[in-house]
Amino acid sequence: MPPKTCALCSSARAILKRPKTGQQICKDCFFYVFETEVHNTITEAQLFKPGDRVAIGASGGKDSTVLAHVMKTLNDRYNYGLELLLLSIDEGITGYRDDSLETVKRNQEQYDMSLKILSYDELYGWTMDAIVAQIGKKNNCTFCGVFRRQALDRGAAILNVDHIVTGHNADDIAETVLMNIMRGDIARLGRCTSICTQGEDTIKRSKPFKYAYEKEIVMYAYFKKLDYFSTECIYSPDAYRGHARAFLKDLEAARPSAIIDIIHSGEAFEIKEVVKATQKIQQTCKRCGYMSSNELCKACTLLEGLERGMANAGVTDRARKKMDAEGPAPENLRIIPFFQQPAAPHRTDISIADTST
Amino acid sequence: MATITLSVNFSGGLETLFANRTAHTVSIPARVPVDAALWDTWPAAPESAGAPDADAVTMKPADMAYLLHHLRTRVLTARPELFLEHGTVRPGILALINDADWELEGEGAALLHDEDEVVFISTLHGG
Repeated sequence: MPPKTCALCSSARAILKRPKTGQQICKDCFFYVFETEVHNTITEAQLFKPGDRVAIGASGGKDSTVLAHVMKTLNDRYNYGLELLLLSIDEGITGYRDDSLETVKRNQEQYDMSLKILSYDELYGWTMDAIVAQIGKKNNCTFCGVFRRQALDRGAAILNVDHIVTGHNADDIAETVLMNIMRGDIARLGRCTSICTQGEDTIKRSKPFKYAYEKEIVMYAYFKKLDYFSTECIYSPDAYRGHARAFLKDLEAARPSAIIDIIHSGEAFEIKEVVKATQKIQQTCKRCGYMSSNELCKACTLLEGLERGMANAGVTDRARKKMDAEGPAPENLRIIPFFQQPAAPHRTDISIADTST
Repeated sequence: MATITLSVNFSGGLETLFANRTAHTVSIPARVPVDAALWDTWPAAPESAGAPDADAVTMKPADMAYLLHHLRTRVLTARPELFLEHGTVRPGILALINDADWELEGEGAALLHDEDEVVFISTLHGG
């Protein structure tokens, strides 16, 4: 079979069939369209302003490694004027996160960005290894997820950044849409496709790879020879997400546009006001100052359960009531350092917009 | 019987199914039976009982479908269901032949030649 030529430049040998469009394109055109689409996502959503300090949530995995590379490339190419930093969370999982953090440290040198590593151990006094030793593998993802979210915000506050970007890609978002539908979680369904989320007083978070297919991210890393780490977490992965993922991958094999189609469906849902109204009002945690929908934030509840040997207290309502019934938290309870939201830094009101059109 | 030698690489976590090794050198017959049912016993020693009569079997040049079968039966060391599903790679595993997406070359029907480089990358691990 003669080599196929690129559908865009009509000269070089095609190396990739794009899942989104079915186009066959060459390596240089692939790099260009991939980067340009991310640039368009950023400019259309007006994610950044010149002078913003932006932390890239970096795990050493494929998505965040490619994100760091692409953010640096676009910041240089289009003069975003961003100050980029790497922020990694060390969950304390021996043989998994310690290895992947080595990858992040190499990225730090390759991309010449400063790196902050914040560990569960220093923030909560518990590593995931210690948590799993106490509670077993069941529900450990609940702890890890809640702790990671708060750790990222706290790391960002320490770094005094305006914005955190994460490597969530189109496949991840389509998966989340499916999971929210299957769980009937309409409130989350309404917001899970937002490119940018910002709570009352937390730092902006966004997903520049919202429309980037996992296949293209991995191909980009392969052809750019980017250094990333790929090992499954040694503790049981989120089984429900695993099913949604397998289902989505089967759909993609049958019809590659399925992923982007599901995201569009998610964006088009109109959520009734009555559903939105059932969401609890955000307040700040009375113990640690982090945003919360209850008196105590989820991380403080989980931590108190761990400290008092009633780890399920933060997982189920029943266990929570049981812990409350045993009396208030002891005086000497280990708590999370109080969360200080950084003062709003100097801002200009000009958004980075695409000036080429 | 003529054989072809391929360089086969596994990454993105797939290497864990192949003796934890990324780089493999694999030799396969240059021509294989068209009928996939014969692959398990191919290439068969001529004197072995029940071996198909080589002259009576319709042959074709080795292709990716045959390589997948070869890798699963002779190279893979653990959990075949994480590599193949319904006779092809599991959804979420990318394959490249000489640095080009195998989807451009007809996937399982893509023909292989001596010294070709085949790469399999799992996208299913970590983020």
